Amino acid sequence: MSLWEYANPTRFMAATRHLVPVTSALAGICIVAGLIWGFFFTPDDFRMGSTVKIIYLHVPSALLAINAWLMMLVTSLVWLIRRHHVSALAAKAAAPVGLTMTLIALITGAIWGQPMWGTWWVWDPRLTSFLVLFLFYLGYVALWATIEDPDTAADLTSVLCLVGSVFALLSRYAVLFWNQGLHQGASLSLDKEENVADVFYQPLLLSMAGFILLFIALVLIGTRTEIRARRLHVLNLRARAGA
Amino acid sequence: MTDLGKYAVEVLSAYAVTLALLVVLVLGIGLRSRRTRAALARAEAAAKAAADRHDHA
Amino acid sequence: MRRLFLRDLTLAIRAGGGFGLSLAFFLIVAVLVPFGVGSDTALLRDIAPGVLWVAALLACLLSLDRIFALDHEDGSLELLATAPLPLEGAVAAKAMAHWVTTGLPLAVAAPLLGVLLNLAPQAFGWLFLSLMIGTPALSLIGAFGGALTVGLRRGGLLLSLLVLPLYIPTLIFGAEVVRRGAAAEPVASVLSLLAAVTLGSAAILPFAAAAVLRVNLK
Repeated sequence: MSLWEYANPTRFMAATRHLVPVTSALAGICIVAGLIWGFFFTPDDFRMGSTVKIIYLHVPSALLAINAWLMMLVTSLVWLIRRHHVSALAAKAAAPVGLTMTLIALITGAIWGQPMWGTWWVWDPRLTSFLVLFLFYLGYVALWATIEDPDTAADLTSVLCLVGSVFALLSRYAVLFWNQGLHQGASLSLDKEENVADVFYQPLLLSMAGFILLFIALVLIGTRTEIRARRLHVLNLRARAGA
Repeated sequence: MTDLGKYAVEVLSAYAVTLALLVVLVLGIGLRSRRTRAALARAEAAAKAAADRHDHA
Repeated sequence: MRRLFLRDLTLAIRAGGGFGLSLAFFLIVAVLVPFGVGSDTALLRDIAPGVLWVAALLACLLSLDRIFALDHEDGSLELLATAPLPLEGAVAAKAMAHWVTTGLPLAVAAPLLGVLLNLAPQAFGWLFLSLMIGTPALSLIGAFGGALTVGLRRGGLLLSLLVLPLYIPTLIFGAEVVRRGAAAEPVASVLSLLAAVTLGSAAILPFAAAAVLRVNLK
């Protein structure tokens, strides 16, 4: 069966009905297990002390902040090209999750950096890029909320997502450039590529898996809600027309 | 509780904020789902009732 | 296309408001900053490039809803959409008219405000050049934002929210040109990055804005 079969809302609802409790449960298990493992059963880093434990929150949320937007980009393209409503609604459902993940990444990133940097916020290129991403999410969500007609909203937000993606990428490089240009010495970025020792890596993987599953569960629930809302909207219009 | 040393405040606040935000997100999505499902059920029941009346009329 | 450009130009200058308002706003912001941060000349000299660029950006933002809103209200936007001129061309012409009445005057006025903020004299030329090259991007991005929010009752705030993040690359490169110019450092690479953003915007945004307008006018 091709993936496009699920573009049909009824098929989508039927197919995802059992997926929701399964992914939700798995997400809960992985996140709880990963965080407990990481929090209680890992040693401190000799450089960062116990703040290394923030990695189990910061890395998964940052990962999802970016990937949620990428998913929105793909689903927006699918909507623009093939006009599958489920796709547009999935993008709409993913946005608040991505927004929250970005916020978590920002806050945990700032808190993590505080002992090293001495202040609660530093215009580190990576954190700054996430701040910019947060603004893009905000604009996207605001546009969905402001436009009344659902199909128009889907079209406008999809184009915004496309243009926004180009500029987000542009901003990433501009911010890197900006930070190097101004603060020659401040190479205090929280390097993800840093060699993470095995003892940290495994609970991190579990936590990441949990966050990914949570994203999937929440997007599934959200999309199902949007499909129902769309049907509700149609029923209300029909009732008003008939009455 | 594991000894968090001098960074206890930072680590605990990071976890607290994250969990709070996740709870808000999940509750928000969950409650909206429940509300929409209920509203849809009501609307479908009303539509069905109207259709039945129309058929019997 | 030229006629559309000239029409928008005359409307902006005549309709009393758009044209002078952006300049006045630019002046006000530049005057407010020393009141906010203190009159220490060394500090002002350091922050002048950034402040001038941010002020220019905000001044541009003020007049953005005019690009499509007025035409939408009296129905001429729909006429434009069905006219033989491709909508992409119409968007480009309108963006250009907006630039001539907003970005261009700002670029010319900026060195004068630079004096108020103690900008290093060797940076005046770079300030003018960077604004000349960068503000067209602001008009183009603004046109895209205006297209998204055309017809919305209080779309102004949403317009700002959508457009300001898109302004960030132009702002970063533009301000950096001025900063380097003030410090007598090489400017060419940043200037070309700034130009690249503007050219890229000119290449894709008229199409994006036209697509959005067609959706909104359906």
